[in-house]
Amino acid sequence: MQIYLPIAEVSVNVFLLFGLGGLVGILSGMFGVGGGFLITPLLFFMGIPPAVAVATGANQIVASSVSGVLAHLKRRTVDLRMGTVLLIGGLFGAALGVWVFNMLKEIGQVDLLVRLCYVLFLGIIGALMFVESVNALRRSKRGGPPKRRHHGWVHGLPFKMRFRTSGLYISAIPPLLVGVSVGVLAAIMGVGGGFIMVPAMIYLLGMPTKVVVGTSLFQIIFVTAFTTMLHAVTNQTVDILLALVLLIGGVIGAQIGTAVGMRLKAEQLRILLASLVLIVCAKLAFDLFLTPQDLYELGGQ
Amino acid sequence: MMRCLLLLLALLALPAQAEEVVMGLSQDSVSITTDFNGSEILIFGAVKREAPIRTDPPLQVIVTVAGPAAPVTVWRKARRLGIWVNADAVGIDAAPSFYTVATSAPWDEVISEVEDLRHKVSVPRAIRSVGAPMEIVDSQSFTDALIRIREREGLYQLRVNSVELRESTLFDTAISMPANIVEGRYTTRVFLTRGGRVVSQHASVIEVHKVGLERWLFNLSRNQSLIYGLLSLVIAVAAGWGASAAFRALKSG
Repeated sequence: MQIYLPIAEVSVNVFLLFGLGGLVGILSGMFGVGGGFLITPLLFFMGIPPAVAVATGANQIVASSVSGVLAHLKRRTVDLRMGTVLLIGGLFGAALGVWVFNMLKEIGQVDLLVRLCYVLFLGIIGALMFVESVNALRRSKRGGPPKRRHHGWVHGLPFKMRFRTSGLYISAIPPLLVGVSVGVLAAIMGVGGGFIMVPAMIYLLGMPTKVVVGTSLFQIIFVTAFTTMLHAVTNQTVDILLALVLLIGGVIGAQIGTAVGMRLKAEQLRILLASLVLIVCAKLAFDLFLTPQDLYELGGQ
Repeated sequence: MMRCLLLLLALLALPAQAEEVVMGLSQDSVSITTDFNGSEILIFGAVKREAPIRTDPPLQVIVTVAGPAAPVTVWRKARRLGIWVNADAVGIDAAPSFYTVATSAPWDEVISEVEDLRHKVSVPRAIRSVGAPMEIVDSQSFTDALIRIREREGLYQLRVNSVELRESTLFDTAISMPANIVEGRYTTRVFLTRGGRVVSQHASVIEVHKVGLERWLFNLSRNQSLIYGLLSLVIAVAAGWGASAAFRALKSG
């Protein structure tokens, strides 16, 4: 069954979209990521124009994050204060990102920038996470106690704030900077930035793992909602119909994913996620280096 | 005196109008609905004449359908620092979003180069390109690329021998529009030719527009983008909340 998307102005198979939403939903349920880093490139492959894929991807992440954050609020694993600081940075970042996105669209390099961002960030995060989780798995097999981390320079900065839920007393500058960079990425890549936010919160800010996912989701809701609005108003590239089909698939997939995730160990989960991130990264990197099938492409109308 | 002149003019014009084309469409509007999956339009017609049929040179028919034209930028990639980036661009002033040409015989037999230039019948002639930047010498390859890419997407079609012509009088052809067309006015033209020269032509319009939900969403996104953006957020939040509520109900129930 085909469905004609009013904004993308292409006709696509509903079941394919539904399946795509479901697949990403499973992953987000298993790993606690928005899945935007997968959905946006996959939408490109399906022939959705990049600008529409990025804007609609952001809209879809709003839904999955709302669903996730409600569960975390019940368990009191959301640091609202930290989330707000991250959010202030995130909104600035998102506005900056949409501005950069529009500027690059005019000079025809937006596709390249999006791809480069993906390769760079997926590569770094995937590799770091892979190494870290392999080490953790080895340690847990040996049965030794986990090493205590030191976060030296972060504690030397001014404007200290107390974050009670996270049990931290640190400067507001690092969370603000993390927020800004995630906001920029959200706007340019159409992702929530969870895959960057989560490691940054654990390793950079030293937050306890149990509050990280909920807090990250909390601020992602607002940043992606803001991004959606900016794209809707300035570029008119949000496709509600596309978002809706992806959502339905995603919501069902997320429930399956959560159930699967319960049966795996945390380290195994992280290794799986890292491998997935690295595979997507490798595919995108190859496309940059291989000679394209057609050297020409059509740009803006 | 004036009347005489007019009569003379009419007589002079008569040979050109000896054969006149009359055309019909199976539908003069296409509605893009949510389940739109392309459309097929039957274009048919007849040749009206007062004199007996001439057979040499034989009568031929060309049918063209052109979607709304818009400027397009064609990019060419080049390898910079090992990776492929968009390097050169040529702006094409107006290229139809959809263009199909159907003929009743091989291309060389239906129309001459001069007549093609005058009436802009073939695909390359239908694309209007004023000029490329100075530093690009092979601007033609950009136009070729545009045609190649749109042909691959089924948006540009040249279909020789696909017009059925009976007794040099009745003709019909079917034009298929793919699912990825845009809305607008699609100009439909029919040319009658003899020996490569156009002897009569007729034009009509097919209206392609989104209807129902498609129309509503599209208009809302353009005219009230703030409300549209808010609506998309409301849907997203409601879906997220609904999923979490449903899951909780499932778990406890």
